[in-house]
Amino acid sequence: MPAIIEAMFSYPFLTRALIVGILISLCAALLGVSLVLKRYSMIGDGLSHVGFGALAAAAAMNAAPLYVAIPVVVLAAFLLLRISESGKIKGDSAIALISASALAIGVMIVSLSSGMNTDIYNYMFGSILSMSSGDVTLSVVLSIVVIILFAVFYNRIFAVTFDETFARATGTKAGIYNMLIALLTALTIVLGMRMMGAMLISSLIIFPALTSMRVCKRFKSVIICSAIVSALCFFTGISSSYALSTPAGASVVVANLIAFLVFAAVGAIRDAMQLRLGKG
Amino acid sequence: MAVLSCENLCLAYENKIAVSGLSFSLEAGEYLCIVGENGSGKSTLIKALLGLKQPKSGRISLSEGVKHTEIGYLPQQTPAQKDFPASVWEVVLSGCLNAKGIISFYTRKDRQRAMENLEKLGISDLKNACYRELSGGQQQRVLLARALCATRKMLLLDEPVTGLDPIATAEFYSLIRDLNKKDGVTVIMVSHDLHAAIENADKILQLRCEPLYYGSAAGYAESEPGKKLLGGDGNACHH
Repeated sequence: MPAIIEAMFSYPFLTRALIVGILISLCAALLGVSLVLKRYSMIGDGLSHVGFGALAAAAAMNAAPLYVAIPVVVLAAFLLLRISESGKIKGDSAIALISASALAIGVMIVSLSSGMNTDIYNYMFGSILSMSSGDVTLSVVLSIVVIILFAVFYNRIFAVTFDETFARATGTKAGIYNMLIALLTALTIVLGMRMMGAMLISSLIIFPALTSMRVCKRFKSVIICSAIVSALCFFTGISSSYALSTPAGASVVVANLIAFLVFAAVGAIRDAMQLRLGKG
Repeated sequence: MAVLSCENLCLAYENKIAVSGLSFSLEAGEYLCIVGENGSGKSTLIKALLGLKQPKSGRISLSEGVKHTEIGYLPQQTPAQKDFPASVWEVVLSGCLNAKGIISFYTRKDRQRAMENLEKLGISDLKNACYRELSGGQQQRVLLARALCATRKMLLLDEPVTGLDPIATAEFYSLIRDLNKKDGVTVIMVSHDLHAAIENADKILQLRCEPLYYGSAAGYAESEPGKKLLGGDGNACHH
């Protein structure tokens, strides 16, 4: 195993992917806890499909992918949030509507401009080779900004996640924090989706939160546990992708799935034991 | 001295009027129960009192020294909270956020305050417990402790005994009575429990978009709308 890791770090592109990927996994895990608890998990999925459309459009226009995708996905995030809050169309169906449309438009653009080729496969399922060194810098800077903002507003984010009505009543501008969460989520998704793929990036947001909620009982420990689980799963996923020559995104998701199953088993066993102790 | 007064208040959603012609004032340390059928404008009034909804006309004024954000609010529980991983301590402490600006880290004073409120409500042993694993009565106490972290002056409770068993309900009412009588906290409670309202409150406000009754709790049972609603209650029991 150490030999594999050593060999991995001898490739600069793999080292870059690992640095960016772990930072993005951290961001996704932090935001994911809030999104899952607020019942907004579908927003992550919707945004990644919008991101796919934006990347396809950027490729067709020969523009730098991140500079097109970031503003489009951020806009979509605000739109999805508004729809979820206004309640005219039920949130989940509105998101399904938008994500399917964006996906369809993206496929149309790709097939009209260059035909179905490896690009579309890479957008869908991710490619570890997709990061240029400029992208790496941007990703590192943005993910550090996401982590810092999350830490600074941690208490408010907890309050808004746990009980939005109370938070509003006691003077927290819940709308602003919801927007902040949506904005940070949009950035994380755009940065992560080219490596993880549009189909798989939302798992990075949802899995670590659900995994740690099997075992942890406090908000802070859920957050910390999610961050650790997420980073570890990413690392494991990439290592096994290197060792087994499997796609990076799928390997990371499978690592997350295994972690989830292990945590769920541990949680179930612990609860059963507590029940028995409580009875005895 | 009136801590809260409404003058000819009218609240509306787009074209639909929810509350109209409401005037009342509440003295510091009083205990008011707001009663009325579903859809009678109680929730809208609460939103307005909390400053979350602007009046269409008329005004709500709070006495000097009380801000909207200093009303300790006990909202109805949401389904999302049922499986929310949070410790009691985290929940209670979040009540201290209302006094903070953009930078919102907790200070030693906040922690002290949270601890005092846990002790006051007799749940300091639950400090590290997981909120979702508590009984309904314990959860309400935790949320009450959080509300007390936000205020010492006024509590606004929205149907607080919904889903509690009779013992927990009685305990909760006596807790509120103590806060009201011993600590002088002004209490506004929305309730469907008319008998408890008459027993505990000083004043009762009955709404059906317009105020049907506002006055002392003792006089309510004798009043026309009071008899009707109490009688209606009785009928409902026979079904």
